Amino acid sequence: MTVETKLPYDQQYVRSFSEKRNEPQWMQDLRQQALDLVETLENPKPDKTSIKRWNFHDFKHDVGGETINQLSDLPSDIQVFLDMEDSNENLVIQRNQSVAYQSLSKDLTDKGVILTDIQTALDKHGDLVQRYYMKDAVQIDEHKFTALHTALMNGGVFVYVPKNVQVEEPLQAIFWQEDNQAASFNHVIVVAEENSSLTYVENYVSHNKEEHAVANIVTEVIAHDNAQINFGSVDNFSEGTTVYVNRRGVAYRDAKIEWNLGQMNDGNTVSENITHLIGDNSYSYAKTVAVGRGDQSQNYTAKISHYGKQSEGYILQHGVMKDSASSIFNGVGKIEHGATKSNAEQESRVLMLSKNARGDANPILLIDEDDVTAGHAASVGRVDPVQLYYLMSRGISQKEAERLIIHGFLAPVVNEIPIKAVRDQLTEVIERKVY
Amino acid sequence: MANSTLEIKDLHVEIEGQEILKGVNLTINGGEFHAVMGPNGTGKSTLASAIMGHPNYEVTKGQVLLDGEDVLEMEVDERAKAGLFLAMQYPSEISGVTTSDFLRSSINAQREEGDEISLMKFIKEMDGAMDYLEMDKNMAQRYLNEGFSGGEKKRNEILQLMMLKPEIAILDEIDSGLDIDALKVVSKGINKLRDEQFGCLIITHYQRLLDYITPDKVHVMMQGRVVKSGGPELAQRLEAEGYDWIKKELGIEDETVGQKA
Repeated sequence: MTVETKLPYDQQYVRSFSEKRNEPQWMQDLRQQALDLVETLENPKPDKTSIKRWNFHDFKHDVGGETINQLSDLPSDIQVFLDMEDSNENLVIQRNQSVAYQSLSKDLTDKGVILTDIQTALDKHGDLVQRYYMKDAVQIDEHKFTALHTALMNGGVFVYVPKNVQVEEPLQAIFWQEDNQAASFNHVIVVAEENSSLTYVENYVSHNKEEHAVANIVTEVIAHDNAQINFGSVDNFSEGTTVYVNRRGVAYRDAKIEWNLGQMNDGNTVSENITHLIGDNSYSYAKTVAVGRGDQSQNYTAKISHYGKQSEGYILQHGVMKDSASSIFNGVGKIEHGATKSNAEQESRVLMLSKNARGDANPILLIDEDDVTAGHAASVGRVDPVQLYYLMSRGISQKEAERLIIHGFLAPVVNEIPIKAVRDQLTEVIERKVY
Repeated sequence: MANSTLEIKDLHVEIEGQEILKGVNLTINGGEFHAVMGPNGTGKSTLASAIMGHPNYEVTKGQVLLDGEDVLEMEVDERAKAGLFLAMQYPSEISGVTTSDFLRSSINAQREEGDEISLMKFIKEMDGAMDYLEMDKNMAQRYLNEGFSGGEKKRNEILQLMMLKPEIAILDEIDSGLDIDALKVVSKGINKLRDEQFGCLIITHYQRLLDYITPDKVHVMMQGRVVKSGGPELAQRLEAEGYDWIKKELGIEDETVGQKA
């Protein structure tokens, strides 16, 4: 519970934090190892965005939250993420860094599906967590933030679907930063074993305007052979929170990972979404929509690395920028030597709504193999006056016509969010941010 | 209700500094079907776009009045609400907006707040109009004009026309790129609207369309002006003899205005 300019988290603090949570020894050791690295590693350097002056130190690290007895006890701004008329059986709600509510249907529990908070997962499924935690997707020593994340991890969920199990209903997590200074060092692991499938949707919410907080989130998504993962998110941290979010996927043979990310933070944000297509015939479609407003600065990287033969990677990034917001959209398709017959496609488009807004779309293709196909499209521009004319020629006002065009522009992600309440909420957030 | 009247008076229009229309005069009364014909590049489509308020066209002189109201002073949406409609030659593709949502927004835009069309009534009307135009119902859920074939776009324009029921409609080369079956269907849709009130300005350079939609009056445009007007027999003579006799009669060598209309 410290707010200072220099990070006060030393070995002793980290040890006692870990002990308090009854973590296994390997986790305690990993935290210590990571803490040592924090001192030696540099901050990440997102392309074309300077993060030097961003707040990465002013936050409270250890903030609990009370449990709730029933979902109707939630405040209305959290309830909106739930289809309240549904049973919401497969759900984790994290309040600050404590679990406020969790549920998993008997059917899925019987099939061996795990959906639980990371602390419980470490306690009950320690070996499984250890197998995936900062192993195949993200490394602790990538830069200072990944090390700091590992040292200070204070929440998150663990999702595991065993071999041959198909989970039809979406699994949902809501991360509710109720305390205006509570940091989120969330770690999310989503694993689909061979021939399994799942859909996971997460929401991040905070309401801090003046108070400072930090989010340093690592998400590792592993799709084993012939598994399918559909990952949806709506990030909606308020303007007081500086966000570093790293979502990383690994797809093995014939596996498929789809990302639908609604990036609606109001504060400065660095977001990395990288997928490694390791196995032959693996596939990823990474879609992101973002809205920037006020004077926030954002840097988005969507990258797909092809290792497996005939792997297919598609990136779509659509951003809307208004006020004095500035955003960089990096799209990277990388095809490694040997990944023959792979296909890397990407599209990045930025719509500018004001003359002070800045937006850059940087398409990058890095190809070390001859027998591949690749393509990119990028554009930065204003709402097309001819499109406006067409809509207005049917009696639609300019404001409404712009609204239709903008919602249409962001529809590729909005329409793919599998939970209706979350989809509606994303639409509403877009509405609120754009107008 | 009295019929509407669209008056075009001495209309001059530029695009990127080049004058395309050089004084067009036309009056269309509700209940009348007018055809504007002419070779390519004579300003026909410019006339349509300028009346509706296309952002690339600048009116430098003249007037367009709808029931005495100055259309050129109106925003594009106000022109539509006043009763004008343009079936466009090249309608925009709007990604992420379904045809159905767009149609419903259009209908509601022309109704008072609180008097929006009910979803049931809307779907019934849309289904009816789509059946009439022999359209695939899936089109309603597809994004507006995105990936539509040329023929689908034209039918979609006529679908909007049928549902919005304007006082005066301008159809800009609604027949171009249509095969004969599609042309018949589109014509059927337009003819369904024909009544005592509805006025229509049909822009085409083929007489073919006028085999299915009989105009009351036919006008020929050349060099950015209406150079000849007559009845349906004028269209037939153009079909039989081409435009050369008009050029000869009027002493015109190059009928175009230097840029494709």
